[in-house]
Amino acid sequence: MKRERLRREAWVTHARALAARGGRLVALWGTERAEGRVLCAAYATPEGLQWAELPLAGEATFPDLAPVFHFAGRMQRALGDLLGLTVENAADRRPWLNHGAWPAAYQPLARAASGREAFADCGVIDYPFVRVEGDGVHEIPVGPVHAGIIEPGHFRFSIVGEKVLRLEARLGYVHKGIEKRFTQLAPLEAHRLAGRISGDSTVAHAWAYCMALEDAAGVELPPRAAWLRGLMLERERVANHLGDLGALANDAGLAFGLTQFSRLREDWQRASREIFGHRFMMDGVVPGGAAADVAPPMLERMRADGERLAKEVKSLRAILDGHAGLQDRFLSAGRLRPELAARLGVTGLAARASGHAIDLRCDQAWAPYESLEVRMATQRNGDVAARVSVRFDETLESLRLIGEICDKPPRGEHRVELQVPAGEAYGAGWVEGWRGEVFCALELEGGAIRRCHAHDPSWQNWPALEHAVMDNIVPDFPLINKSFNLSYSGHDL
Amino acid sequence: MSALGFAAQLLEILAALALAPLFLGWVNQCRAWLQSRRGPGLLQPYRTLHKLFNKDSVLAERASPLFRAAPYLVFGCMTLACGIVPTLSTELPLSPAADAIALVGLFALARVFVSLAAMDIGTAFGSLGARREMLVGFLAEPALLMVLFTTALISDSTSLTTIVRTLSAREVGIQPSLALAAVALVMVALAENARVPVDNPATHLELTMIHEALVLEYSGRHLALMEWAAALKLFAYACIGIALFVPWGVAGAHAPLALLAALPLLLAKLALGGFLLALLETLSAKMRIFRVPEFLGMAFMLAVIAMLVNLLLGAPGR
Repeated sequence: MKRERLRREAWVTHARALAARGGRLVALWGTERAEGRVLCAAYATPEGLQWAELPLAGEATFPDLAPVFHFAGRMQRALGDLLGLTVENAADRRPWLNHGAWPAAYQPLARAASGREAFADCGVIDYPFVRVEGDGVHEIPVGPVHAGIIEPGHFRFSIVGEKVLRLEARLGYVHKGIEKRFTQLAPLEAHRLAGRISGDSTVAHAWAYCMALEDAAGVELPPRAAWLRGLMLERERVANHLGDLGALANDAGLAFGLTQFSRLREDWQRASREIFGHRFMMDGVVPGGAAADVAPPMLERMRADGERLAKEVKSLRAILDGHAGLQDRFLSAGRLRPELAARLGVTGLAARASGHAIDLRCDQAWAPYESLEVRMATQRNGDVAARVSVRFDETLESLRLIGEICDKPPRGEHRVELQVPAGEAYGAGWVEGWRGEVFCALELEGGAIRRCHAHDPSWQNWPALEHAVMDNIVPDFPLINKSFNLSYSGHDL
Repeated sequence: MSALGFAAQLLEILAALALAPLFLGWVNQCRAWLQSRRGPGLLQPYRTLHKLFNKDSVLAERASPLFRAAPYLVFGCMTLACGIVPTLSTELPLSPAADAIALVGLFALARVFVSLAAMDIGTAFGSLGARREMLVGFLAEPALLMVLFTTALISDSTSLTTIVRTLSAREVGIQPSLALAAVALVMVALAENARVPVDNPATHLELTMIHEALVLEYSGRHLALMEWAAALKLFAYACIGIALFVPWGVAGAHAPLALLAALPLLLAKLALGGFLLALLETLSAKMRIFRVPEFLGMAFMLAVIAMLVNLLLGAPGR
């Protein structure tokens, strides 16, 4: 990780230059240090991760990155809610995470704020959605409370007949103040909070946090610990892909798919519980390594389980691929063209389904992936069918990786002692979770966490969903939404 | 009106009211089995009705009297529809009151009231559901009419009892025109009763619903009546299918003993029909809503072909 400070004039030109040579924005966040507020951005460059900083020295505005990287827009609005920083000459001044829980003048992430202040009801903030005018155009408001048991989010559809002209999402209903809470926890404890940012990505977030802490502390991870973490991350990927594949079939009305994939996922999670002590493997990744070692008979069992599961997944794939009614729903629904995906900065699984070969496990391989040769799954069509296909390919690839990890695990320690540095220290963690790249930036000061920013790939992909739905019909939205399956909790923090 | 006819009519209506939830429960149970689930049990629809009847009904502030009246009207329409389809006996005093065309009219009347009630509150989902329901309805009705006309041509009458009497008198065997009409009726029944592949009765996705979106604002006894009416509609369609295409075993006039035998036979036919419905639903995925016109257009075409075949080849059994 390379950290560099930029001047105000250079902030946008630097981003433009990076974008021109294939760089991507990963995350954008703000922090308050002794010198004042600092705006931070993490970029993915071909050479690795770059952490750019813009000291604001008392100023409350900063240059707009959204013209260069589209999805920066919402993160910049969130900065206004959390740290009182706004874009110069901002056109969109609507709050993003603040739904009236705190007054506009209060800055939850400022050092002076304790995060425990209580405010009387600040009133519901009027949130003007972009209106679409025209003959026969009307709006459907959906959520934040839905008919099923899913996370809360509001979707405003502008439709004519059954056709979606525009979709605008409003998120932030599950804002819990996780980033503030990080600063109240000891660095060696906070991985547990990171693991609870988004339950479906608990391993990825915990790993990203621990990687950042180990980076800050300058600790070398023992090889066996890296392999165990890789094992957990791949198991998490398989579990989520299995669940999504079943849910996708069910949303297209084929309940058979749901029951079959649910069965496979349930067996898989029960095995995770037996091997790692938790169905989701929460708290399996700890600073300095993995919480527990895995005995050789368990490795043997995991390999056998994986081979059996691969066979079942292949036979189910044949059934799903051969089902004309299902394929009719999947094909061409929610198409995200490669050019658009690139412009929106889409990441992870959704990017790979739209022809973008980005997978940190291949491009920026870290231990243990540098010795595993991950085969990346990509598709060009960018529709629901492509995202389903990528999920199938990745499931099978993860099962192969699990087999390989179980075959030749390195010997040695599964955990090392980690000393939290006493002075100021910076660290970054960057992991390819099942949904996309999970990032964590950590600033330590005096043995405590000064700032921890956890970034879920949902930030990048939520705006892409709005584009993917355009020109589709209203009843296809749940299917398209499921094919992205983005996190609300990980986004709202 | 003979006493026996009166008894047969009463028995038929009571059987429909009592058996309709059971039939729905049976279809759901079969679906569960076919999906390798255990299922909620045959009696679940009764439990749901019992629960809903014991709950308070919550009404939207701006609900008009129409919104309150609709469940009773719809329930009445469906009960009457079940009363005029001869499933147990061909001697039904209500039969002269409504023939096959009036039966289609009854379904249409119920549909209009459900849709008006859905739009009454003014929520986005209600109007969305009403619009879709009308799309399905205006395509399904002509196809259903054509199916009934085919059978009416065979029996020279649009009276349902006459049709069933004529059809049950013929030999057991497959007639080309009736086979085609049967396929058309199955397609119409799937669309009209909000089953997969047209609608998904088990869905929790508010944006894809048709039937569920229509009754979204109902609660308590109103919802119970709506759900019961939906079960009655499914039952009525099953009975139409049985009455037109496998009518053997229906009691004729002046045959009290045959009436007793007709009930178990009807149950057996319904059980088989329900299983086939569940099988069909399990094997198919839900289609895109704009495929529904194609689907129902196909049903209409099949029904027309059935009628042409009947005209060209001559009516069987005449």
